[in-house]
Amino acid sequence: MTRILATRLLQIALTLAVLSFCAFALIALMPGDPIEVAIAGDPRLTAEDAARLRALHGLDRPFHDRYLAWAGGLLRGEFGYSRLFAQPVAALLGPALLSTLALAGTALLIALTLGVALGALAAARPRAAPAVDAVAVMGQAMPTFWLGILLIIAFAVTLGWLPAGGAAEHGPGLRYLVLPVATLAIAHLAAYARHSVASLEATLTEPWIRTARARGASERAVLLRHALPNAALPVLQIAALDAGALAGGALVTETVFARPGMGKLLYDAVMGNDTNLALIALLLVALVTMLATLGADLAQRALDPRLRER
Amino acid sequence: MTRLSLGLGLLGLLALAAAAAPLVAAWLGHDPFAPDLLARFAPPSAAHPLGTDDLGRDILTRLLYGARVSLAVGLAAALAAAAIGTLAGLLAAWRGGVADALVMRFADFMLALPALPLLVLLAAADPSRIGLPARGEAAGDVLRIVVILALFGWVGVARLARAAALATLSRDHVRAARALGASEPRILLRHVLPALLPPVAVATALAVAGAILAESTLSFLGLGISPPAPSWGNMLANAQELVFSAPWAAVWPGLAIMATVAACTLVADGIRRRRGGV
Repeated sequence: MTRILATRLLQIALTLAVLSFCAFALIALMPGDPIEVAIAGDPRLTAEDAARLRALHGLDRPFHDRYLAWAGGLLRGEFGYSRLFAQPVAALLGPALLSTLALAGTALLIALTLGVALGALAAARPRAAPAVDAVAVMGQAMPTFWLGILLIIAFAVTLGWLPAGGAAEHGPGLRYLVLPVATLAIAHLAAYARHSVASLEATLTEPWIRTARARGASERAVLLRHALPNAALPVLQIAALDAGALAGGALVTETVFARPGMGKLLYDAVMGNDTNLALIALLLVALVTMLATLGADLAQRALDPRLRER
Repeated sequence: MTRLSLGLGLLGLLALAAAAAPLVAAWLGHDPFAPDLLARFAPPSAAHPLGTDDLGRDILTRLLYGARVSLAVGLAAALAAAAIGTLAGLLAAWRGGVADALVMRFADFMLALPALPLLVLLAAADPSRIGLPARGEAAGDVLRIVVILALFGWVGVARLARAAALATLSRDHVRAARALGASEPRILLRHVLPALLPPVAVATALAVAGAILAESTLSFLGLGISPPAPSWGNMLANAQELVFSAPWAAVWPGLAIMATVAACTLVADGIRRRRGGV
């Protein structure tokens, strides 16, 4: 267990190192370096000023020098400043991360519960199966941002029950969480429903199910006590792989509902040419994603004794 | 009706609609690009079957022209991903060793990372800095998005192709061909490649779905196909600003994306079931 954990943590560190280098190189391709932006903002800047500023910020140094200086700073815990928000990056990350974790965590919980329930329904009532399947295919095909817009039109514009956005101005409130969570949960529920149907159908053909039936267990007991726990494991694995999609996918949901979170922070930083913030936000989202995947893997190992020996 | 024929039928209809875009535009007498400020926010009517947007442009014609862009991007990205992925998977399985390790480690790297934030960063890069057309030009936009999506898509195909190639390379007919003195390229092309086609076909169908979703998401975020060229994603970006004045603008592009993606999923499922898999 300890060895697995150590290997995985090392892999995560390595992945982050490679990603930081690739992303840093990519950022060099983004439109407008900070000095160009400064020149555009203040026409009184002369060529000498620009050269002086470049030297001051180290932009005249070669690429690898700049990368090493930046990465070294990160390792020492110096996250630098955000140009866009005029704040230390470290101060921006905490609240954004908490907001995204609340959003994605709630959505994941709801999606897993409802998805597995729908899957169980389809497996238990074969007549309901085609309907569940159709709903799942359509749910998976639906773009998240479209679902968000439709929910806004229905519940914010037409019915006026819930706000379409504004979590940034009015602070965190449950009212502002309902529609984004619903959007993200519905978007992911479909996949869980499909996988749990497939997994349950496979489990129901196992010999121990036949044994349970032969011993006179009710269909309900067979499904809930004998089949569901076993069928849940593959679904959990899908959820583990999904943790990343969820943390990243929150970007769209947060943008649609103007929710301040990691995704929105990253998006705003990219759009606003705030390279330092964009890079650090990307690395943090990647780290959270990989830690979530690792956590889900470990949980699965703990739940399924068959995996432990390997 | 099987899933395969349902999916293929749906895709055929969508392709037909995209092909008929100029005909419909001529018949209705609308230009998908020309603003008509006297007809802004018109609800659906005989002249504008799906209504108009904030510039008075006909939504139906824009939807059909958008289909051309979205379908072309999805297909091109998926086919490119399939070609690269099959080749990489085949070579990795055949060569083994360092080549195999390189391809697979890169695949692990890509799959461990959150795709959307990375896509956003890639799409925001300025291609004019390395001598390519700048962002915002229609043809350049399409090419840029296709390249980015293919870069992400080939990894999944490569893993599947590698697994299938490894299984096939150890089968008897390959060993027999080798014993008969067949050259290695011939073995790969004639005896291994055909066995890869079913899994690659499934992966490609899913890649089309993924590429169309990704393109629409990037265009929605303002990083994909730039207006005034219509794509389903950027039509929805516009529609979000119109939820109060023209809520009908949000319905159709989303439905079109959903239908296309569902059709691709059905095709993938259909091929898989026909091959006896789950």
